[in-house]
Amino acid sequence: MNSPTQSNDIYLDIFKKFRGCQQDLIPILQKVQEKFGYIHTNSIHEISKYTGVSENEIYGVASFYSMFRFHQPGRNLIRICLGTACHVQGAPLLVDEITNILGIQPGQTTPDGKFELEQVACLGCCALSPVLQVNQEIYSKVNTARIKEILELYE
Amino acid sequence: MNNLDLLRNISDQEWNNLQNSPSPVIYIGTATCGKAAGADQVLSTIQQYLTSHNKEVRIIEVGCVGLCYLEPIVDIQLPGSARVSYGNITGERLMKILTATLENNIHLPQYAIGAFYDTPPDDQPKIPDIWQHPMLKPQTRIVLRNCGIIDPHQLSHYLAKDGFLAFEKALQIGADEILNEIKKSGLRGRGGAGFPTYKKWEICRCMPDQEKYFIINGDEGDPGAFMNRSLLEGDPFAVLEGMLISAYVIGANKGYIYIRAEYPLAIKRLNNAIQRLKQVGLIGENILDSGFNFNVTIYEGAGAFVCGEETALIASIEGKRGMPRPRPPFPAVCGLFGKPTVINNVETVGTIPNIIRNGSSWYLNYGNPENPGTKTFSLAGKVKRTGLIEVPLGTSLRTIIFDIGGGTQKPFKAVQTGGPSGGCLSEQHLDLPVGYESLRSAGSIMGSGGLIVLDNETCIVDLAHYFLKFTQKESCGKCAPCRLGTTHMVHILDRIKTGAGTPTDIDNLVQLSDTIQKTSLCGLGQTAPNPVGTTINYFYQEYFQHIENHFCPAGVCGGLFDLKIIAEKCSGCRVCVTVCPVGAIQGERRRPHLIENDLCTHCKACVNVCRFDAIIPIPVPTSSPTASINLSKSL
Repeated sequence: MNSPTQSNDIYLDIFKKFRGCQQDLIPILQKVQEKFGYIHTNSIHEISKYTGVSENEIYGVASFYSMFRFHQPGRNLIRICLGTACHVQGAPLLVDEITNILGIQPGQTTPDGKFELEQVACLGCCALSPVLQVNQEIYSKVNTARIKEILELYE
Repeated sequence: MNNLDLLRNISDQEWNNLQNSPSPVIYIGTATCGKAAGADQVLSTIQQYLTSHNKEVRIIEVGCVGLCYLEPIVDIQLPGSARVSYGNITGERLMKILTATLENNIHLPQYAIGAFYDTPPDDQPKIPDIWQHPMLKPQTRIVLRNCGIIDPHQLSHYLAKDGFLAFEKALQIGADEILNEIKKSGLRGRGGAGFPTYKKWEICRCMPDQEKYFIINGDEGDPGAFMNRSLLEGDPFAVLEGMLISAYVIGANKGYIYIRAEYPLAIKRLNNAIQRLKQVGLIGENILDSGFNFNVTIYEGAGAFVCGEETALIASIEGKRGMPRPRPPFPAVCGLFGKPTVINNVETVGTIPNIIRNGSSWYLNYGNPENPGTKTFSLAGKVKRTGLIEVPLGTSLRTIIFDIGGGTQKPFKAVQTGGPSGGCLSEQHLDLPVGYESLRSAGSIMGSGGLIVLDNETCIVDLAHYFLKFTQKESCGKCAPCRLGTTHMVHILDRIKTGAGTPTDIDNLVQLSDTIQKTSLCGLGQTAPNPVGTTINYFYQEYFQHIENHFCPAGVCGGLFDLKIIAEKCSGCRVCVTVCPVGAIQGERRRPHLIENDLCTHCKACVNVCRFDAIIPIPVPTSSPTASINLSKSL
């Protein structure tokens, strides 16, 4: 993966689709995170130079939205849905099980960088609850017994 | 004959050819719910089968018909007969169906959900009419009419289903007449607040500004709601047609669709639809030679529940922190970039073409005078048939939960409406007709349409805690009542959940709710205490049990229950003995089993497998160390 600390064409490549006003800030942050996996301080510096919005304000905006993260994520992102339907169908037990197996809390990455655990408000698959997503794959009607099986599918 | 008419002729022909296709056609539901149930795998299995058997079969991806509990769903249309829908397609069943239909040219009624007959069959057909399915029969599908039926990628399919007739009509009869039609139809905002749609439009239309904006709110942040996702994935062109009509009425040349980033498929399909409309000149400059210009931008949300609030959503599009501001001025006067802006919910916009095409008096046939029309609901939780439904307003909760949803497996306890801003209604409200005012009078709200059904295994205190924790986390922090009040309420509920609550806690919750409701800046805070208020009103006994008896009757709150096997109900099948991960259950075959509570971790794996409902939560004996440990922890 590209490094966010490089100050070169990578950023120009991202920025060229935008006019560089405040309105573009969130889409730019989204593209930057898509590229590097997270928002690095250097990225904020580069975005500030391009848009003219102060670094403080960019950090203020980015930290407001739950989508943006400020540390390098694990190779595989586990997103566990904690929507209402999933909650009543036992999603908190799934979080406990993942925490037991991987030894990490939501928002943390395993020491080997293999998994990142994230809680999300709702994935919109309520009729098939409880659901969890690993990278792009969505698993429905998950129970604690299946968690290990699912995690073993990933490198 | 203009371009659109030409296009419509071709589309009609294409659709007819598809219906009368000389070779079989397979339709597969690939909305997010279908994919979650394994539709992608089913699709690749079908493709492999077709290649290995050298079959020429058209595969068409469609949206979600709403029978989510039967996903993945595949429809097969054989030449000369109706399209037959098959549900719960697993590997083996899929192979059987493919062999029967494609090799032997027969259907397998035992696996079929129903068939899409052109005209309702007279006698008793082998495969029933799909619209007679118990989940579909009580529904009235207006907004969802195309979902799961047409290919959301194909403009031709939408055109063949009377697409863009309403927009053409709008250009002919003019903006004033359209506004009048919407006013007469009584359409109210489907995002939850129920504000009359025409009023927003009228205010904005009267503003003299040259520059105006129209925004579709597809933030759908309520956990437990997926109506907008399904509509955008299943019929994106309908939403865009509604958007064109709305923008034309208010005089906006620029539109935004704000969608949450958690819905990548909806974004993809909408993007495709926009590109297609640009190609045929339905989005862009001088649309259909009317002099009307319109451009659309999709704006991906970045994950903030509060951005469902109009002014916060606007701040977010402007590239700022998504914090609400006091109203007035309302966005229709001073909105995005300081210009007049109308923000409508996805479902509201999706309804508009139907009203314009069929007329307001047709729309008034559905629902009741105060609440005309239909509303979509996402039915989930402990109900047997989960999915997306559309019913006329005024339908009772009983019809929705028991007729459409098939009721619950275990005894029904409550239904949660309106997400974190709504409330829990009990059995006494089941005959309540669903409407904006009726639900509000019961202490809940209609909200965007999430309906979560709860049974006696759901703890009401835990659920109230869940919602409060959600709103507390999502509070933007701008105003103190919401920021501090919700935090304090969560602390109190934490205490009750661990058995350390006191009788004054209930009074404090009620008082805090009142203050937060009256003094918060935006809808998020004003409605945040609803889940607590309704649960205290209708399920006081359960709070009382937690506080006085240190007992969670639903068996959810850790430390507040033990598990017991009722000897009379236990058949001695030993299933629970084998699933218990800590070996806490002892017992011989055909003899009642016993749980050793010292070993039990309360994971409830045994409760889930017991077919005789023999395992129930009981209060922890007062001398038990578990209760006292939990109490001291929370104190």
